[in-house]
Amino acid sequence: MNAPTTASSKTKIRKIATFVEETNIEMGRPINPPTRRAAAVAVIENPCAGKYVEDLSELMAIGEELGELLTLRAVAALGIAATKVESYGKAAAVGENGELEHAAAILHPKLGAPVRRVLGKGVALIPSSKKRGGLGVALDIPLGHKDAAFVRSHFDGMEVRLNDAPRANEIMVAVAVTDSGRPLARVGGLAKDQIKGEDGLR
Amino acid sequence: MPDVQVRKKLTAVEEIYHEGGRVSSTPLRRAAALAVIHNPFAGSYVEDIASFMDDLKPLGLEMSRSLVAALGGNAKAVEGYGKGAIVGAAGELEHGALWHVPGGYAMRDILGGAKAIVASTKKVGGPGVRLDVPITHINASYVRSHFDSMEVGLADAPRSDEILLALVMTTGPRIHARVGGLKASDIKGEDGLR
Repeated sequence: MNAPTTASSKTKIRKIATFVEETNIEMGRPINPPTRRAAAVAVIENPCAGKYVEDLSELMAIGEELGELLTLRAVAALGIAATKVESYGKAAAVGENGELEHAAAILHPKLGAPVRRVLGKGVALIPSSKKRGGLGVALDIPLGHKDAAFVRSHFDGMEVRLNDAPRANEIMVAVAVTDSGRPLARVGGLAKDQIKGEDGLR
Repeated sequence: MPDVQVRKKLTAVEEIYHEGGRVSSTPLRRAAALAVIHNPFAGSYVEDIASFMDDLKPLGLEMSRSLVAALGGNAKAVEGYGKGAIVGAAGELEHGALWHVPGGYAMRDILGGAKAIVASTKKVGGPGVRLDVPITHINASYVRSHFDSMEVGLADAPRSDEILLALVMTTGPRIHARVGGLKASDIKGEDGLR
């Protein structure tokens, strides 16, 4: 296992967790092949905790590093080729000495590009959520199809949490990927075999 | 003989580099395997439940193998273990006790005859309830550096007629262990205790 960061890295990681969920039965019906999804979560030091910092570019750079690291970890945990990923999402929880804007700085400016680089494609917006919270807070990572945001079968969410994070001066950052939509999707809308994949929406 | 119906599985892995102290060159890794199964005894009192332990053996072995795989594939790297169960509301605590034999012996088999009793916990609870699975050294229960735990749970389990089964393995001591006691290097390895 490689160290997750290099000496030049801006990201100080305390721990990384991965979660893989597999659903084999839903409402008594067998799901075959099972639906599978994975999330990778990093708990990092928040360099801006405890004070107002105007320029959040340090957090943006951290977001770029984590976009690659967490996507690689999540795809490896799922055990499929990166190009087979169907939907994705991202989320962050800022510890109590941080600011909601810190989560935004990590998630929005630079995290997405390396996610898409790892997956090969991904023209749709990466759905996201953020919050401030204490240790053990639940992070609900929204999920959407990576090439067409309107694919209704792939609207979903994955809950992750770590009982010891985020501490006051930490941020929890998560990326989730799937190989499928919901187990028994049947509420209509755009289907994945109808995707044009040009504008990220349909 | 009831079938074991698995609704869903979760594999969780934590890799811990530090907890405020020096960054470790070998991070501690903890892994948990969870399986949510139908509780064939939910909803009424059933006197004879013990044969279900045999039905659970293949699942115990599968979960144990998946934990070793999640920790890198080498069973010799595993130093700590634990197990637990959460019984849904229509079941009884005794149903959770069915996991002791198939869960514990499966891990000991896969790890090549680990000697220590497998630390365990269980409770009755609703969907989303969390379980702190205790962890001890696989060959000597008194090794203080390896006393640990891992919190597990799933937002949608266990439903009232389900049981959530958990197995946990770790690759080493707590990341900054320094409170003395029996060291892993001093294990005699005869009685499973020291």
